[in-house]
Amino acid sequence: MRAIRAWGQQIRESSSAQGVLLVLPAFGWMLVFLILPILLILILSFAWRGQYGPVDWGSSLSEFLDRLSLDSYVRLVDPLYLEVLWTSLRMAAVTTGICILVGYPVAYFLARSQGRLRSLLLFLLLVPFWTNFLIRIYAWMILLRTHGLLNRALVGIGLLSEPVTVMYTPTAVMIALVYEFLPFMVLPLFTSLEKIDAHLFEAASDLYARPARTFWRVTLPLSLPGVIAGTILVFVPTMGMFVVPDLMGGARTALVGNLVRQQFLSARDWPFGSAASMVLMLLTLVATLIYTRVSGFGEELAV
Amino acid sequence: MSEESGYAVELREVTKRFGETLALDGVTLQVRDGEFFSMLGPSGCGKTTSLRLIAGFETPTEGEVCIGGVEQGRRPAFQRPVNTVFQNYALFPHMTVYENAAFGLEMKRVPRSETRERVLQALEMVQLPGKEDRTPRQLSGGQQQRVALARALVNRPKVLLLDEPLGALDLKLRKAMQLELKALQERVGITFIYVTHDQEEALTMSDRIAVMNLGHVLQVGPPAEIYERPASRFVADFIGETNFLEGRVAAVETEWATVAMDVLPVRSSFARRPAVGDRVTVAVRPEKVRISRRRLEGPNAFEGRVEGMTYVGKDSDYRVRIGRETLLRVRVQNETTDGADVPGVGETIWVQWPPASGRLLEE
Repeated sequence: MRAIRAWGQQIRESSSAQGVLLVLPAFGWMLVFLILPILLILILSFAWRGQYGPVDWGSSLSEFLDRLSLDSYVRLVDPLYLEVLWTSLRMAAVTTGICILVGYPVAYFLARSQGRLRSLLLFLLLVPFWTNFLIRIYAWMILLRTHGLLNRALVGIGLLSEPVTVMYTPTAVMIALVYEFLPFMVLPLFTSLEKIDAHLFEAASDLYARPARTFWRVTLPLSLPGVIAGTILVFVPTMGMFVVPDLMGGARTALVGNLVRQQFLSARDWPFGSAASMVLMLLTLVATLIYTRVSGFGEELAV
Repeated sequence: MSEESGYAVELREVTKRFGETLALDGVTLQVRDGEFFSMLGPSGCGKTTSLRLIAGFETPTEGEVCIGGVEQGRRPAFQRPVNTVFQNYALFPHMTVYENAAFGLEMKRVPRSETRERVLQALEMVQLPGKEDRTPRQLSGGQQQRVALARALVNRPKVLLLDEPLGALDLKLRKAMQLELKALQERVGITFIYVTHDQEEALTMSDRIAVMNLGHVLQVGPPAEIYERPASRFVADFIGETNFLEGRVAAVETEWATVAMDVLPVRSSFARRPAVGDRVTVAVRPEKVRISRRRLEGPNAFEGRVEGMTYVGKDSDYRVRIGRETLLRVRVQNETTDGADVPGVGETIWVQWPPASGRLLEE
């Protein structure tokens, strides 16, 4: 009996050892590429800016540690930077909203289509990813310029009397952001719409629901997991985006991403840049948490 | 209720094509008010398509669908006075049992208090009280089935359409639900149109059955008629088990014909008077045949040899060779417990059936 128990123990131990081994690569990956960088940024955000370099490392480790402070964070509480944070939050929210409004019909149509048409549409949706992101943004710049293709065409056919300035405005940033992130909304939406049992639509219709009511009472609630997944996939990266505002918005539309980049590269103030990234990360995390909590993500996932 | 035609549902020369496939080929059917009507057939026979045409999920390629005497045309499902119980129940997973059952009334904008009363009543009727706040996922298959039933019945439709609703249940529960459904139908008095491929189920529950195959209706009638007097070889074969004995009509009398086959003359009743010389099939149910060690007298009495015997609980299945080519299946009830005095394999025995138990089928 005791032998058997010992044997069982051995198996249990070896299997848990095996489990640890199996988790190790993933853990190592997370450690090197996620945890360590974040820790580094976190430490830097409490450090001081050097006189000649981005960080004042001090003459010894103890001196460096002694001088850690919340100074950078305090500097962030400034109407100028708060405005930037607020703009970023608003911009990301509006981008996400537009992506839902535009992406839902697309995803719905995709989910309803069948066979070769569906494959073709999915293919078209993914084709832009084959081209470099920057090149696609430059293409938008050419299109939207005051004397660009779009304006000239619209003036040419008489729809506009004179060219409209879109480039280097928040609108231009928004257009490019929506363009860039739309597929990230459409794909999860498509997946969750496609999973809905088609008999449910028939059942709703059988129970006197007109198509519009079927949509509000059956389709939309059952596609919420897709809406939520899409929202996270769009909202989170938009919050930290800096290339698009740089190129499309000129210097006028600064988002947190731009601030961080500026601090690290041109201002060479790493502690302040780090503090800004920490706040960005925290904001994104909190916004996502609130959103998933409010929309009941956990419950919907179970469906 | 049905003023014009006098039928709850009527299909007139309905044809339905899906691309190249012909699902229904000129089907005409009348379902009477208040009856339990089954559409029975193998998969692909067109029974589900017929049901979907009545529900309004499909529109006929040709022909008319009438409900309560009113031609439906291209009227969408949400405007038809029928409700459906789906094969997989199709309950809304994001709603509770109560919300599921109340859905139809909510769409019809029935006042809340009346909705509540009718929903609770319907749930009571299907024996699911106290489960209002559960979600479908928390229920067993049988319970989900009951919710689907309540969700449809609560609307008091003219006709309830059921698409193999018991298909997913285990045998025992299924048998119980068959009887319950039948009792429920009699109680509420609503016309039920029930699609199934299970002949026993159709026989148990229906007032009338339509046997279908390959987009055609082969025979419509009460269960006993379908079983005892099948109109065609397919119907005889699909419903229950049957011996098919082929031969030529040798003589025709007023009540029966004599058919020469192999070495035996077989006497059989007929629906339509055949002509001498016609090639025909005589269908005989295995349980209509008597078996005995002693010599049997009368028409259709033959000597044979037991070639095989299978014990199946309450019955035994015999395969008896009579003549040279004819192998007759005989089903005998096991009356004694010890199996004594039953003929065994290899024994020479006598079989006999009355001419009225045979059925002459023309090809």
